Amino acid sequence: MNQAINKKQMAPAAAKKSKKPASLDKRKARSGWLFILPFLLGFVLIYLPIIVDSIRFSFNEIQILTNGGYELHFVGLDNYREALFVDTDFTQTLISGLGQLVIDIPAIVFFSLFIAIILNQKIIGRAAFRAIFFIPVILTTGLIGQIDTNNAMLSYMNSDAGIDTGAGTESGTSQILSVMDLQSLFANMAVGKGLMEYVVGAVNNIFDIVNRCGVQMLIFLSGLQSISPAIYESCQIDGASGWETFWKVTLPMISPMILVNTIYTVIDAFTSSSNKVMSYISTVYSGANNGNVLSSAMSWMYFLIVILILAAVAGLLSMFVFYQRKD
Amino acid sequence: MNRAEAPKIKKESKNKIRVEFDRTPLVQRLKAKFLNLYTLKKVLLYLFRLMLLIGVSYIILFPFFSKISSSFMSESDFVDVTVRLIPKTPTLTTYKAIITENSYFKAFANTFVLSLVCGLLQTFICCLIGYGFAKFKFKGSNVLFMLVIFTMVVPHTTLQLSMFMHFKDFDVLGIMGLLNKIGLTAKPGFQLLNTNWPLWILSATGLAYKNGLFIFLMRQFFRGIPDELEESAYLDGAGVFRTFFSIIIPISVTMMITVFMFSFCWQWTDTFYTNAFYTRQGTLLLSKIVQVPQSLSDMSAASKTLYTAAVNNTCGLLIILPLIVLYLFGQKYIVQGIERSGITG
Repeated sequence: MNQAINKKQMAPAAAKKSKKPASLDKRKARSGWLFILPFLLGFVLIYLPIIVDSIRFSFNEIQILTNGGYELHFVGLDNYREALFVDTDFTQTLISGLGQLVIDIPAIVFFSLFIAIILNQKIIGRAAFRAIFFIPVILTTGLIGQIDTNNAMLSYMNSDAGIDTGAGTESGTSQILSVMDLQSLFANMAVGKGLMEYVVGAVNNIFDIVNRCGVQMLIFLSGLQSISPAIYESCQIDGASGWETFWKVTLPMISPMILVNTIYTVIDAFTSSSNKVMSYISTVYSGANNGNVLSSAMSWMYFLIVILILAAVAGLLSMFVFYQRKD
Repeated sequence: MNRAEAPKIKKESKNKIRVEFDRTPLVQRLKAKFLNLYTLKKVLLYLFRLMLLIGVSYIILFPFFSKISSSFMSESDFVDVTVRLIPKTPTLTTYKAIITENSYFKAFANTFVLSLVCGLLQTFICCLIGYGFAKFKFKGSNVLFMLVIFTMVVPHTTLQLSMFMHFKDFDVLGIMGLLNKIGLTAKPGFQLLNTNWPLWILSATGLAYKNGLFIFLMRQFFRGIPDELEESAYLDGAGVFRTFFSIIIPISVTMMITVFMFSFCWQWTDTFYTNAFYTRQGTLLLSKIVQVPQSLSDMSAASKTLYTAAVNNTCGLLIILPLIVLYLFGQKYIVQGIERSGITG
């Protein structure tokens, strides 16, 4: 309706300006291009040459000249061959790093969903909790994360409860939920060794996982907020329990968010400079013997793997995503 | 009907009546209301949630507590095994040494200029691009959006070398190189290393750190704004850009503050780009002041590891101090901005 009126109103105005009036849709499309122009220019003029050069470097040997320039010698696939077969550490780091990420990513997504659901409910000091939970997004990134990774102080203080028992036993806060307790708990539940090891690993990494949940939590929270309360109300009237409501309403409604967040987590985890593979690649970069081109070759291989994993994850998850019809 | 069985009227007025009848005593009523399984379950769940939140908050906040307390410790506290969290001989020497010897304020000013310009540019540009993707249908917009995601997926380290080379002699389409060949300019490009320009250029084109995420957030936010709002603006004779600046920007302030806080803070603590683009020793940025000051460097072997860690942590604290202040003011916008956006996949 509105659009029709709109067109009628706009047509004479357009006719005055030019002899050949473009339709509103066409003009809107044109201004759409204008809006994304900064990105387009940047991508074509700056990003694309950088990408092309980077790929080129990975097939070459580089020689930095004294005047600051560089010379390339084409060596074909030598850099790739060296990364895969000569450098024994690379393949190992790659495999173990990928394994770690496969463990981390579901843990991060589930944990952030869980916390978002809790933060969405009414509870004392909800605003304060939210403020605390988003601290890591802002503060524990980059530099601070780097300082934290080899932080002797933190582990030292964590090692003691603060209250001296006199005997000097190391029964501290971090040991309250010790790995042993968890293991025996799961052994009793008989859920299988794989799951047990997974949960134990996740609990041991809790600090790391919490720190990487911020953005995902924000996206989940906003998704939860957008579910209409009317649906929950009708569930309550029909006598559904909270458990049923979660599986039948919340989860389907939030599933697009789960897709978005999983993709974001995969990207974030794979490209964050703190993961094993990335840090290995950057040590290679600053190392000797053409390390910089070698690292280009390594990271392009890594990138291909990431893209494949991303496509697989996105394809798999989008089968389960439910989109609400919006009229 | 027997009068005695009917409730006894205590007071009666025109439109009010007060009657007396046998009521279950208060204690029993309360018992029936609260001492059942349903309430018990609810209370337990509530407590469980609260404990969980408190626990995770502790995990998040503990590093900050430990950093703050260790920053006030003097060297002797690190040898003393009885000192854990609370310093015995509190001192400010660590702070003083870092501020004076690592030239904190100069680095602070440099980083502030860099991050502020980057943050503002990224917020505005991502806002523009996000709006373009959200509200305009044109050929290839989906492909372009895939490219935005692509810029996020390529690891930075992959591009480190070629980014360095490109900004060492910055050149667009080989124009400067051509001029150089003819002999009009002395150098084959602009020398942009050790200046703020590389990061500003990347910000202005939406290619800087995690800008794909910002564009995505902005796009989802604008999708939630009803089209009717803009259509009424068009009806009133406003053009696309006028609508954007006078209608869309004012209602998206909270979201823009969110994006600004992300971009500002992530630029502030960034090490990758600053290490890549600022190669000269003299360039002072906050990421380069994390080291033990000269006057504190003669420490005994017993306290060395811990003390070095504590000094580094103090540097970290000083670096994020402005961010903490910013966060205290801005955190409510983060939650609000996202909540009201109604982001959907």
